[in-house]
Amino acid sequence: MQDEPTPVELIKAVADFLRTEIMPATKGHNAFKLRVGINALDLVTRQLALQGPGEAAEAARLKALLGIDGSLIELNRALADKIASGELDLNTPGLKEHLWHTTMDKLAVDQPNYASYKRELGDKA
Amino acid sequence: MIETELSRCVAAFYPGATGVIGAAKLSGGASQETWTFDIVHPAGNVGAILRRAPPGYSASPSPSRAPGLEAEADLMQLAHDAGLPSPRVLHVLKPEEGLGRGFIMIRVEGETIARKILRDAEFASARPILARQLGRIAAGIHALPEAKLPKLRISSATMEIADLAREYRSTNWPRPVFELALRWLADHDPGPSRETTLVHGDFRNGNLVIGPDGVRAVLDWEIAHLGDPMEDLGWICVNSWRFGEIDKPVGGFGAREDLFAGYEEAGRKVDPERVTFWEVMGTLRWGIMCGRMMQRFRNAPDHPMEQAVIGRRPSETEIDLLRLLAPRA
Repeated sequence: MQDEPTPVELIKAVADFLRTEIMPATKGHNAFKLRVGINALDLVTRQLALQGPGEAAEAARLKALLGIDGSLIELNRALADKIASGELDLNTPGLKEHLWHTTMDKLAVDQPNYASYKRELGDKA
Repeated sequence: MIETELSRCVAAFYPGATGVIGAAKLSGGASQETWTFDIVHPAGNVGAILRRAPPGYSASPSPSRAPGLEAEADLMQLAHDAGLPSPRVLHVLKPEEGLGRGFIMIRVEGETIARKILRDAEFASARPILARQLGRIAAGIHALPEAKLPKLRISSATMEIADLAREYRSTNWPRPVFELALRWLADHDPGPSRETTLVHGDFRNGNLVIGPDGVRAVLDWEIAHLGDPMEDLGWICVNSWRFGEIDKPVGGFGAREDLFAGYEEAGRKVDPERVTFWEVMGTLRWGIMCGRMMQRFRNAPDHPMEQAVIGRRPSETEIDLLRLLAPRA
């Protein structure tokens, strides 16, 4: 068993240090790059928190849609192939809901401030 | 120091010029650079921009899509001569000048950063007029006489779909939403356009110099080609170029109706269904370009952080494609 603090706690501590101590003393292109870097660390903390439950639900939906078992990437490849061939389309029960659910989960990690995501989140609530 | 070569070059083509000052690199990777500088002249200094591929690099970063810097210079000068907002080209570089391939143009003052144009008070008076103005400008670009154009690749909806499919498959990463979009595009391929015109190819917020008075210059002609003129109208409506102003489809500035009205005012016809088709295509194209950044990041020896982060942006276009193709009730 690995000791604490957890990866999320460690990354948060580093990101907070960069944000509060280093950012005010940084200028120009390096300030831009620093912001990009801090955003990336924030993304990692979101992924560490959300990936587990999100991907478990995604895999369950894919198995139900496709009627097969496999790793998450195998299941996604199978879905991609079936959409490409036309075997599955938006008339397939559950496909649209699956794509929306999966995409919303991705944005919750990648870019929760993206305007389209915030709009869809608000409309659902 | 680039100022030495620039001074020599400028003295040869600009009568009365005595040198250059203030050369600074604005942007650029290894193969293409943009520099700003001032031409020193007794009658007053002149702001200028150098766009170049440094010595040893090709004038086109991707020869299959881009016509090269000399063609870019031709197009900008043609647009300028036709009265469109485009910088005057001062000089096309010659090999013996030692500056590489490229050209020097007048520096048009104004803002290019999309978020500033959309948020800053300085541009409040410009924002409501931009969509219509951009329609008129697009019409002007599409009306440039084909006989005067440099050699450009010809493209069509069908060719673009095949191109995108190939690029997407080369990433070898399954994206069911992109597959859905590729199917939709194939099913809605409008076929050859009624006419083939010059297409700017990257006509969007971010490639425009804007002042409080409106559009001052259209930049970045590097993927100009011949094709369906509706492509430019669809591309400027792609949500990625609205920078958060998602209810204003035209670059975050205004309504499609205004864009179309400006276009038709200039005597050209809009085909709204084709525009929508190209908006879907453009959304997918940007998503695939972001996805390919992941590969570039992995392959680059220095693993550039910015490319890594762009590699996590395809999901933005996935939600936009779903909003276009499978909207929730």
